[in-house]
Parts: sequence; structure tokens; C-alpha cells
Amino acid sequence: MKSIELRGLTHVYSRGTPFEKTAIDRLDLTIEPGMTLGLIGHTGSGKSTLISHLNALLKPTAGTVLLDGEDIFASKAAIRAARSRVGVVFQYPEYQLFEETVFADIAYGPKNQKLPEAEVDRRVREAAAFVGLDERYFDKSPLELSGGQKRRAAIAGVLAMEPEVLVLDEPTAGLDPAGREDLLEKLFAWRRARAATAILVTHDMTIAGRCDRLVVMEAGRVVLDGAPAEVFARGDRLLATGLDLPPAAHIARLLRERGVDVPAGVYTEDQLCRAVLDLWRRKGGVPC
Amino acid sequence: MLKDITLGQYFPGDTPVHRLDPRTKLLLTVVYIAALFMVSTWGGYALCIAALGAVMAVSRIRPRALLKGLKPLVFIIVFTAVLNLFFTAGDDVLFRWGAVKITYTGLERAVSMVLRVLLLVSGTFLLTYTTSPLAITDGLERLLSPLKKLRVPVYELSLMMCIALRFIPLLIEETDRIMSAQKARGADLETGTLPERARALLPLLIPLFVSSFRRADELALAMECRCYNGGEGRTRMKQLRMTGRDAVAFCLGGLLVAGILVLRRLGI
Repeated sequence: MKSIELRGLTHVYSRGTPFEKTAIDRLDLTIEPGMTLGLIGHTGSGKSTLISHLNALLKPTAGTVLLDGEDIFASKAAIRAARSRVGVVFQYPEYQLFEETVFADIAYGPKNQKLPEAEVDRRVREAAAFVGLDERYFDKSPLELSGGQKRRAAIAGVLAMEPEVLVLDEPTAGLDPAGREDLLEKLFAWRRARAATAILVTHDMTIAGRCDRLVVMEAGRVVLDGAPAEVFARGDRLLATGLDLPPAAHIARLLRERGVDVPAGVYTEDQLCRAVLDLWRRKGGVPC
Repeated sequence: MLKDITLGQYFPGDTPVHRLDPRTKLLLTVVYIAALFMVSTWGGYALCIAALGAVMAVSRIRPRALLKGLKPLVFIIVFTAVLNLFFTAGDDVLFRWGAVKITYTGLERAVSMVLRVLLLVSGTFLLTYTTSPLAITDGLERLLSPLKKLRVPVYELSLMMCIALRFIPLLIEETDRIMSAQKARGADLETGTLPERARALLPLLIPLFVSSFRRADELALAMECRCYNGGEGRTRMKQLRMTGRDAVAFCLGGLLVAGILVLRRLGI
């Protein structure tokens, strides 16, 4: 299990031209192993730039990325190792499918890791099973699959590399609600089964609420960091960055504004129900 | 990495050069190129360099941007220089080492060829740096519109050019994105023998092809949804209009040509 440490990470695009833009600004962040971290922020806050540094795709303008204490840009071998240990699923990963068959496409990553045939075979089958892609699709062309299946195949292509850190950029964007829930459930199950670290970039606050820790970015910096309850308790700051609250946290906030004493940090439907029932009981009411 | 391509890049700005009518800039670039080929004296080159410098100063294009654009041409420029330097016949030998000799004529020719290539490319770069691709196609279409009489599909051609230009940054972005995704899966695009590297490009080219067709399809559909039916009778949102500024520019261009011709006659 790997911890990730970002120290003074800065990334400036198109340096020295009129298009110069600082995407990440002296950012410090330590990610402990074995948890799900939600990375949230408004469009253009630097989330996608940040995750491209985690597997050495982008070289920082300044600062370092440490994987288990070692600089991932130290050597070519270190870069290669980081790519193998940190799996990144980019937004709309289905556009990266290219092989003739689904099987070959999922096998592309493990084959690049120079694994023996039998191991590649096992990993492909396991990864496909994890995302719920039936083996009868293996011999089809990826282009024949439906949108949701393409997404699953593309994610399986990264899972098959068995990364210790899995980074997902909006994995459920553009899926229908049932497909979204199903895929998320499977990804969380994968993380638990492998005791891996997951970093989830999302705009969906309900999904964010299911992470162990939330990091909120704004203009290339971290503005809020903590357990979901802590972050959602600071609704004003969150709304100021242009983000939203989960529905339950929103209701709790509105109740507080009207003088109902719902505790801060309530953000799931369950917690809200319990808090309201508590108040009701304290006032001497009988729950129905 | 791919984002650093400056070929045909436009640097937005609001200087008198940026505000010129694109037709004026296109015509003046043609005049400038023709003038360069009339230059036969050092004085003429000095005049051209001064003119280029003046346009750069007015348009606030930094020399660094120009140099960056010239970088891919270093090979051609060095090649031209070497060819002219060593393979020009002449009796006025400056330096001889075995079969290799450098003549004064050769040196002179090498320097003037390099100058000419540099000035030529810099001039056209200034056009694309100060004029948005859309404005260039607009100007080109208007300049070529007399060809419509000869049944040349000018409008369609300029639309194609416009779409192609519009798609270049998109394709670069897309390539970057797919490259990242495949590199994340351990793709190695930099090492290996030539056939290996060619094969390594497949994971890049296939998704790019697929997405280009998809984009083209979507664009065609979107255009049809908005009742696009060809160039006949279309009006434009941005009307091109020549102003006094353009007249001044043409006068300055004329002066440059006249200056070069005078210097040529005087032999300076």
C-alpha cells in the first residue's frame, strides 16, 4: 500500500505566452493508504491537472510527488513504476478503446507490464468480472458495445493492471442512475477487496458523501479537507466555491437557518431522519 | 508537449496591426514576399528587416514567440546555408582545406539565402500571429470571390479550411488526452525500433480516427439541424470593411517596394 505525498506542487500551463495559466498553486497534500478520497471542485479548479501528476503524466513546474517517500520523477524506471502502481481512469475512458476485441483491449495494460500470458488471462477475467462485464463480450469489437459497457471495458482495462492506487476522474459521468449506482458499488467493492487506495474526482455530492475523506479544490489550491461530515458542515464555504451540498445536508442547512437545531455535519438521509426524530422526541413527541 | 505547437497560432491582441482588415494583411504579405525576391542588395535586406521590426513593434509580438515558431525550420535553414556556402563556384577563395573551399561569393550567397528564408517565414508568421484563423479564411474567401465566376466553389473551400483550422486544436487536445490514457496503461511511445514504435502508435491513431469521424458526423448533424444549406445567399455577422487604417498600410507597403527598387537601382 502506497501513501502519496504532494509537496509544493505547482503546475503552470503555456508558460511565457499570453495563454499562461496556473492550474495548481503550491499545493500540499498527503493521502494515506487504504482509503477512498473524494476530490471535488468547480470546473477548472485543477482537479484533472492534479491527477495527471499522480502517475507522472505531467511534470510539475515546481514541487514534488512522492509515492511511498520516493520521488516518482527521479528516473525513467521510477516513472514507469508509478504508471504501473497508480492506475488512472480519465474522463470518458471509452474513447481510448482501440483493440479488435474487448479481451485484447483489457489485456493491453497487463501486457505492457510484461506479465506472463496466464497471469494476463487471469487478470483480464477478474477485472471484467469486477466491473460486471460478461465474458461473452470478450470476442466482440469494443465499438459494438453500448455506452455503459464501453465504460466498463475501459475501466476494466485499468483495473487489470492491479494498481495499488486507483484514480477515477468522473467515472459515472453520462451514465443513467441505475448504471451509475451499480458501477460505483462495484468500484467501492474492488477497492475494499484489494485494500487499495482510491481517489475519486466527482461533481456529484452524493458520491462525494460516500468517500472517507474529501478534499475541496479552488483555483489550484486546497480550501477544505476532512471527513465528509466536517466538509459538509461548512456549507457556506463549499457553496462559495461554486459546489453544491448533498440533498440531506442542504435540508439540514435550511432547517438550521430557520432555527431548528439540527447538528452540523449531517449529510445523509439516515442521519437527517435520526436527527429530526431526536428533536421530535426531546420535545415530547411520539414517533409515528 | 503537443500544446506547445505554435504553427499558425494566433496571439490575441488589440493593436493597429490586429485591427487591420484581414484582406489587407493577406495582400500585404503577398506584396512583402514578392518584394523579398526583388531584393538584391544589403540595403534592401536592411529595409526589409526594419519593416519587419516595425510591424513586430506595433503588433507587440515578442521576438521570443517568433523564434519559437522558427525552431522547427532550423534544419532547412542550416541546410540552405551549408549548400550555398560550400557549393558555390567562384574564384575569390577565402578558405581552402583539401577539396573543401569557401568562396566570397558562396559566403555572400549563403548569408543572403538564410536572410531571405528567415524574413519570408517571419513575415508569414506575423500574419498568423496577428490574425485569427477565422479572419484569415474570411479574408481569403472575399479575395477569391471573383473566382466564383469560373465556378470555383470558393465558399465551400473556405468553409472546409475554416472547419479544418477549427479542428486542429481539438485534435491536438484529443491526441493529448488519448496519449495520456494509453500512457497510463503503460504504453511506451518513445523507445523501441522503428517498426515497434510504429505499432505503438496504433493505440493512439485508432481512437483518434474513430473520434474524428464521430465529431465530423456530429458537426454535420448540428449544421443541418440549424438549416445550413450551402453558401448561396448567406449573410455574415462580421462584415469586412476597409478603413483609413488599411489605406495607410497599403501606402507603407508601397513605400517598402519603392524603397527596395530604389536601393536596387542605386546598388546599395
